[in-house]
Amino acid sequence: MTMPSATLLAQSVLSGLFAGALYGLLGLGLSLSWGMLRQINLAHFALAFLGAYLTYQLSTTMAVDPLLTLILIVPLFFALGIGLHALLMRFKVGPFNSMLVTFGIAVMVEALLQWVWTADYRRLESHYAETKWRVGSLYLPAPELMTFVLGVGIAVAAWLVLQRTDIGKAIRASAEDAPIAAAFGVNQRAMGLLLSGFNAALAGVAGLCIALSYTLAPSQIYAWIGVVFACVMLGGLGRPLGPLIAGCIIGISEALTMAVASPSWAPLVSFALLMAVLLLRPGRV
Amino acid sequence: MAPAMKRPLIGLLVAGVLLASLPWLRLPAFYESLLYLVLHWVALASSWNLLSGYSGYFSFGHGAFFGIGMYTTAALASKLDVPFMWTLPAAAAMAALVGALIGMAAFRVHSVRAELFSLLTLATTIVVATIILNTPIDGGPGVYLNAVPVPALGPTPPSTFYLLALGAALLSLLAACGIYHARLGTGLLAIHDDEDVAEVLGVPTYRYKLGTFALSCALAGLVGGIHALFLSYVTAGDTFGITMPLTVVLMCVLGGSRHWAGPVVGATAITLLLYAFTGGETAVIGKGLTGLVLVVVILFMPEGIVGQLLKAWSRRRGAKVSERPVPVTSAPSAAAAPLADKNSVQAGSVLMRARGVKKNFRGVQALAGVDLELRRGEILGLLGPNGSGKSTFINVVSGHYAVSGGEIDFEGLIISGLPAHRVARSGIARTYQIPRPFAHLTVLQNVALPAMFGAAALDRAAAEQAAWQWLDFTGLTDRAHALPADLNLHQRKFLEFARALAARPQVLMLDEVLSGLTPSEIDDAVALIRRIRDQGATIIFVEHVMRAVMALCDRIVVFEQGRVLAEGAPQEVMQRPEVVAAYLGRQQEADAATHEPPVPFGQQGAVHA
Repeated sequence: MTMPSATLLAQSVLSGLFAGALYGLLGLGLSLSWGMLRQINLAHFALAFLGAYLTYQLSTTMAVDPLLTLILIVPLFFALGIGLHALLMRFKVGPFNSMLVTFGIAVMVEALLQWVWTADYRRLESHYAETKWRVGSLYLPAPELMTFVLGVGIAVAAWLVLQRTDIGKAIRASAEDAPIAAAFGVNQRAMGLLLSGFNAALAGVAGLCIALSYTLAPSQIYAWIGVVFACVMLGGLGRPLGPLIAGCIIGISEALTMAVASPSWAPLVSFALLMAVLLLRPGRV
Repeated sequence: MAPAMKRPLIGLLVAGVLLASLPWLRLPAFYESLLYLVLHWVALASSWNLLSGYSGYFSFGHGAFFGIGMYTTAALASKLDVPFMWTLPAAAAMAALVGALIGMAAFRVHSVRAELFSLLTLATTIVVATIILNTPIDGGPGVYLNAVPVPALGPTPPSTFYLLALGAALLSLLAACGIYHARLGTGLLAIHDDEDVAEVLGVPTYRYKLGTFALSCALAGLVGGIHALFLSYVTAGDTFGITMPLTVVLMCVLGGSRHWAGPVVGATAITLLLYAFTGGETAVIGKGLTGLVLVVVILFMPEGIVGQLLKAWSRRRGAKVSERPVPVTSAPSAAAAPLADKNSVQAGSVLMRARGVKKNFRGVQALAGVDLELRRGEILGLLGPNGSGKSTFINVVSGHYAVSGGEIDFEGLIISGLPAHRVARSGIARTYQIPRPFAHLTVLQNVALPAMFGAAALDRAAAEQAAWQWLDFTGLTDRAHALPADLNLHQRKFLEFARALAARPQVLMLDEVLSGLTPSEIDDAVALIRRIRDQGATIIFVEHVMRAVMALCDRIVVFEQGRVLAEGAPQEVMQRPEVVAAYLGRQQEADAATHEPPVPFGQQGAVHA
């Protein structure tokens, strides 16, 4: 094992940070639905890939700028999230069964993606992909930088809304003690639908980021589950900034492992970290 | 062996022998490979169900243990030339070893419950895959087993694989059926509903979970070893996906995970469904359908096919035979009576002694050094304002909380520091203030469980017999086949009584059993407690209803801020100024507020009564 140069290490840290922002963006929706709605939403990953494929389709066949696809995707996904929550509430699905139901939905979405776009790899070619800036000896690619800005911006915004606004306080109160919050006039149903819609819209935004920087295949849906759940658990359930911070820590440690050891060892880092936290500080999660 | 267990076990063996003769009927090879797949999934689903279905600890790491088995066989057979059949026990042992290590870490942490366990086992899969991929076990390109000879168990190689899978499926089913009908199964089903209560009633939860998990992993490893040779080419990418563990979950949930036959039904149905849609375009339809089936089953049939059938069947049977199977006398027989009769000669001697018992929760000191003794055959009242440490004391004695200091001696056995199930077995039982029955067990099963696991330690048939007697004793006979959710509060409180009594404890701790009951229900309960004492049990009675305390207790101990404030005969203690002050505030404050001397508690209670 040879020690890589300082530039390579700095570039690794940077790319880890970018990957971490995407982990955080995907994790935010999961963390909020687990922490606030008691739903473990595996369909979140499938929705993100549905969003990514929609972005791909709109910008390749209709030449829409990838960023502009959000105008369509965000409201559409908001509605999907509302529908999902209405379904889970209608049948009073508990946390554990919500994981199984949403897994079923994820499999159905995967089948849909495979039906429409086949199992072949797809890659979105956009003008963003070619744009990159040079700062000193480091490269900042545009898609990654956009992901980072979106990830940090949305997490901070979600944090502000939950902390400062009345709706945020009502959502936190429902999560803490639903019957008491309801007795004080919080419309739990409306809050749940709103939050679920927001989470699904987040999946759509994450889908855009995935489409910009990664190659798409339906089976890739499952590749993200492990690492993103690690971020959610490390970040603490229901805390909007948690997944972002944990995501960046995991992203950087993965990138450094890739640079110092070999890329195939990278998964070990995040899961060793997760297991250590689970076992040594179980109160944390 | 109980007859309930014998019949399905014999059925399984007969079915196994019949199926084993199939290869000699010279069916087309197509059937053998289809049957191989069905049996392969039956074995995987049944082995997963041992821990995850019965106890609710859903493992998403079944793929890891399956994969460990595959790679153990692949490495031993292809690199070290170990004969294939000898690699199979090694594959099972290796998977069991890793599973036991994971289990030892995970089950020791109190907060690792169902959801966290799922994610932990999911993480295990990825860690195992990474290690295998990066070490010479695989190293990246995968392992070929083309050169490994297939043992000639059947007339042809496909029939050999069929027989191997049949063996694995049979082993898994025997384990599943045996456990289901044994104590272990009852304990695991109770863990599923309320693990803390199961432990306090005497179920050794840690040992049960760990042992079952290791067995479940061993069977997965065995199936993996067989499958390695079946595929003859093993890669980390195909082995350690998320789809295999999730398919197994789907199969068990579809069939019904609380019964041993559930996974068989689910695995057969899903395998045939996927098989019907293999190849080309239709594979996508098959995949979509599996997802749809999972969603529909959980929403409309959460107990699965077998669970649903059993429910319908027991409802029909319950309507026909609502009577208990055997007539019993109204008073519990000697077999079911508390253990204390033999001790009546020594009535009044010290049975349990607490010395300087302390309990801290981070900064808060809930018990600040409690000294008290409990005498044989008495009813000892524990009183004190809310938050004075009464319930904490009960939780410490029962072993639910470990003491932070001091010790508790019960008949020469130091029970502080023992796990709760050992405390239960030594002869201590408790009730919960808010009843905590096992939601998925019937009233009868709820009462039979402590008879199996508590001090009485009966076998299942004797435990059910005893449970009928305790139901009779508490007046719940009519509700024996009901689920706890169908009981009213009064009946649930009496179910708590019956469950604690069925353990045949020497010491019975009653935690606010009267709260929330109406005056006439309180009278019933007081009469019941008198009857329990008359059987010879020693009782610790935590209660706020003063009239009952005064009527029942021989002695009382008053707690305040985690210490013993006063101890003695009820009437006398309740009139001591410091006790009055603990309840009503200091004399002068009370005076200033009301301009009346506070009413001593005994009298106040008498007035209300």
